[in-house]
Amino acid sequence: MKRGITILAIVTALLLSYALYGALIGAPTERTMGDVQRIFYYHVPSAWTAFLLFLINFVASIIYLIRRSTKADILALVSAEVGVVFCTVVLVTGPIWARPVWGIWWAAGDIRLTTTLVLWVIYVSYLVLRRLSMSGQTPKIAAVLAIFGALDVPLVYFSIWFFRTQHPSPVIGAGGSLDPRMGQVLLINWAAFLCLAWLVCWTRYRLEVAQRQVEEAQALESLLEGSR
Amino acid sequence: MSFYAITRATLEKDIRLEWRSKDAINAMLFFALLVVVIFSFAFDPTAEESRRIAGGLVWVAFLFAAVVALNQTWARELRNQVLDAYRVSPAPANPLFLAKALGNFIFVGALEALMTPLFIVFFKLRAIGQGWELVPIALLGTWALVVNGTFFAAISLRTRSREIMLPLLLFPISVPALIAMVNATTAVLTGEYSARVWTALLLAYDVVFTVACLFLFETVLEAE
Repeated sequence: MKRGITILAIVTALLLSYALYGALIGAPTERTMGDVQRIFYYHVPSAWTAFLLFLINFVASIIYLIRRSTKADILALVSAEVGVVFCTVVLVTGPIWARPVWGIWWAAGDIRLTTTLVLWVIYVSYLVLRRLSMSGQTPKIAAVLAIFGALDVPLVYFSIWFFRTQHPSPVIGAGGSLDPRMGQVLLINWAAFLCLAWLVCWTRYRLEVAQRQVEEAQALESLLEGSR
Repeated sequence: MSFYAITRATLEKDIRLEWRSKDAINAMLFFALLVVVIFSFAFDPTAEESRRIAGGLVWVAFLFAAVVALNQTWARELRNQVLDAYRVSPAPANPLFLAKALGNFIFVGALEALMTPLFIVFFKLRAIGQGWELVPIALLGTWALVVNGTFFAAISLRTRSREIMLPLLLFPISVPALIAMVNATTAVLTGEYSARVWTALLLAYDVVFTVACLFLFETVLEAE
């Protein structure tokens, strides 16, 4: 188990450094946007990773509600936490790119921006609920909220889709083909980000398991002391 | 007792309690009134401007005021362990939820009926589109707020500082509903585009979340 993490950490470090090299030096400079476009190699893989983690959270929550397995609950917690971090990276890198290219930091009518923002808000509220929930039923109500959040996403998407048809706004360059070298760098970056997410999730998973064991042991101890 | 009988009994009890105490509706009414007054100071728009922004103002005011009522939904049942008694009784969970949601629907609907004239006066409103279309929008929009609000109020019972927890859970999930009702209302007020798409979206939101609430309410009620 421990060796697995070490190996994964080494692979992640190598992949990340290679991906960084590819993003900064290896990939060709975009013709119209210039070097600013390179943020794309961090922005897009983060978004894909975040969406994948939120999907894992949704599936784990359903599994928890059906089987009541602690593993599924911890997986849901961990994927939501790490997903929020990657989603934050997306929301921070987006405006940095948009400012020089679109001329504005934020386009309220853009479908991807707004959906990502709402997704981020939903999962932050999920984490707040987990933090503030007091009973031993946190996993259950958190799983219920995760399902509500997942149901909300398509509705958010459609509502902004309708919104945009009435309020024209800058749209991320649709169409147009990606240079194959750019695509390659993008995929390497995604692989690196996935490894990083996996590594963080794994470590966080083990930490959470250990934490729960400690809590259980402490509860047992105080129970024994009370009966003495 | 049948599903219908339990729903009716709970709903009647809640309405009678509210009629006698007027806890929720008074707090809600005064709160909404304050919001309207503050908005009118903050914006003071012309008739033309207010048509564009009123949809947003009205629904934000109703959303905030609804939270006041929603927070009290379950508080009453906590005293004297009514909720625990309900849990051990053989009655199914869904009629309880439905009755609570309908009760909130009536309270928030009454609030809207009382506040709308004030909004019209303060913001010099007059619809250019079909005014009657506001009725289905208001009904669907109110249900969208209260169905999830009632559900999340039950969830926030299980948390520390539950009064603040409800808006934290409700607002993010309500974003699509809010976009839909604000745009539908603005569409009717300005008469510039059709409100039909937005009403349909609101209807979809209502159906999806009503079903979800009925599916999952038992899990939340049993969580203790």
